[in-house]
Amino acid sequence: MSSNDMITYSQAINLAMHQAMELDPSVICYGLGVDDPKRIFGTTDNLIEKFGAERVFDMPTAENGMLGIGIGAAINGLKPVMVHQRMDFFLLAMDQLVNSAAKWNYMFNGQRSVPITIRLIVGRGWGQGPTHAQNLQAWFAHIPGLKVVMPTTPEEARGMLLQSIVDPNPVVFIEHRWLHGQTGIVRDTPTPIPIDKAVMRRSGTDISLVAMSYQVVEALRAASALEQQGISAEVIDLCSIRPIDWPTILQSVEKTGRILALDSGALTGSVSSEVVAKVSETCFSSLKSAPARMGLPDHPEPTSYGLTKDFYYGADKIAIKAHEMVLGECEAERYAGLAGTGHHDVPGDYFKGPF
Amino acid sequence: MMSLSSTQAKRIYSMMQFIRKTEEAIADNYSSGQMRCPTHLSIGQECVPAVLSEILTVNDLAVSTHRAHAHYLAKGGSLDAMVAEIYGKATGCSGGRGGSMHLIDESVGFMGSTAIVGNTIPIGVGLGLAKKIKSESGIAVVFLGDGAIEEGVFYESANFAALKKLPVLFVCENNLYSVYSSLKDRQPAGRKIHELAASIGLWTKQGNGNSVEEAYDVCLEAYKHVLSGLGAAFIELDTYRWREHCGPNYDNDIGYRSVAEYEQHRANDPIATFETQLIENKIISQVDCSDVVDEINHKVAQAFEKAKAAPFPDERSSYQHVYAQESV
Repeated sequence: MSSNDMITYSQAINLAMHQAMELDPSVICYGLGVDDPKRIFGTTDNLIEKFGAERVFDMPTAENGMLGIGIGAAINGLKPVMVHQRMDFFLLAMDQLVNSAAKWNYMFNGQRSVPITIRLIVGRGWGQGPTHAQNLQAWFAHIPGLKVVMPTTPEEARGMLLQSIVDPNPVVFIEHRWLHGQTGIVRDTPTPIPIDKAVMRRSGTDISLVAMSYQVVEALRAASALEQQGISAEVIDLCSIRPIDWPTILQSVEKTGRILALDSGALTGSVSSEVVAKVSETCFSSLKSAPARMGLPDHPEPTSYGLTKDFYYGADKIAIKAHEMVLGECEAERYAGLAGTGHHDVPGDYFKGPF
Repeated sequence: MMSLSSTQAKRIYSMMQFIRKTEEAIADNYSSGQMRCPTHLSIGQECVPAVLSEILTVNDLAVSTHRAHAHYLAKGGSLDAMVAEIYGKATGCSGGRGGSMHLIDESVGFMGSTAIVGNTIPIGVGLGLAKKIKSESGIAVVFLGDGAIEEGVFYESANFAALKKLPVLFVCENNLYSVYSSLKDRQPAGRKIHELAASIGLWTKQGNGNSVEEAYDVCLEAYKHVLSGLGAAFIELDTYRWREHCGPNYDNDIGYRSVAEYEQHRANDPIATFETQLIENKIISQVDCSDVVDEINHKVAQAFEKAKAAPFPDERSSYQHVYAQESV
């Protein structure tokens, strides 16, 4: 791959894995399907061919045990990267994640940390339904001792994965399936990107849109449309969910006086709730309108095509909400052009699965 | 008399007494309210850890459970640091952050004990996986009880250890109880734990965990099997917990087990049995035994004095070590 190529998010993940495993023989990669014909949506392509079956291996269907085994291997000098094709299956591993990985360094007084990276992929669309499309970043972010990241662009995916692997702590690395096909320019040098910084994707003066993962894509579309209407929206990509880069957010809100926090998960107890709480506590006097959040409805995701049309919210609803916050009333038709015209359960016509 | 030399026999005897006297001192001091953490004693179960102390080397790594004092001490863990940890002191092996259930002494290969049943089983298997990938000498030992067999993670971990032929030895001390729940209420009658383990694909052996001779033979054979690279092994050793699940007292009066049952197991005291055997075989004298115990009691008393005198950790340090700072 030549320098600064335009590649997809999944290729960027694959690139980072190759770089990490080349740089450090203690990096191993395992998970259901890492060496199967689909190679985790291409993210583990050619790893087993290049690094061998001892360092790259499929695993028994045993999420909790296999996380504990990764923790033990990490304690004894390896840097495991564990992969799950769906976050929902990883719920079986909560004991090892919360009671072991997150606490080992603390409960043994800093004597031994657990350098493990856990890649979790969030599904969406084509009837993924109640148990294949959950955005549970707030759960993980609640646990001291874990780091949680949700990169949005290919370059951040590459660089933040490299940094997650060398970080001495357990890192939950969350990818959205609809981001895998996004393209962008990435550095081809193995340069890590910090995993505690938010990124300002677009500068603005009227309102701060603070989003994570796929909702950043929607927020940027909304910001472009808002600009046409004379509203200058700043878009902050959280990138890191724990820790949250508060200075970047607070500085933005001090400037714009308005915050709309956009979550990819259910609203109650969400990361966006935390963002709004912190902003309200810290820069209340700078606020020109009540802080607001958007998130998914507080019910499980149904499967039927007929039930999911309004489950997710996109650029149109974000723009309407932001418009109302800045200028007051906003008729629904104003941003109708932002709503997709194709099927609501795919990111675009290009997307043919696998889901 | 046995496959043990007299030197080995004496060391095992001393280790059993060391574990018991340490835990009796914990029990004796507990009511003063200075050891303010849940504490699970192994009194009556000293034989298996003591026997393994004679077999394992510093290259062998071990993890354990909520009832870990005996394993920690048998692996060579610092007595002073353990007692201080139970007192919550800065000089404790986990700096007061762990207490009795979270012990560690990496200098001797005791890699940690944790409080959730079954929690360290996969972690021990992972230690073995890293050993294999790094071509490191020694084995990983996973201490577990009969209750942990019922956790799904036991099956998951054993399956992987068997699949990859990892250098892992599972040491199951079957003491018949999970808290107050009897084995017969938790596992089907007639199904043996070691047979279950064998069906998963582990090399297995079962024996009397209160008999030094028998436990030694079982442990040594299993150890050699794993060390030679033949794959993971599982040993089940029968024993009995004398005191309450958690705390310093006896609890035969509360109704979950009978006094008669307790007395029957108590008669199989591993220490008294072995002591009689050693004296009969003239390996050790009654006087020697008293000397051993006196010396241990002295050491234990000193550990308690030091722990009581040590400072608590600085409260301001509570936020330290949530994250490790250095890149690895």
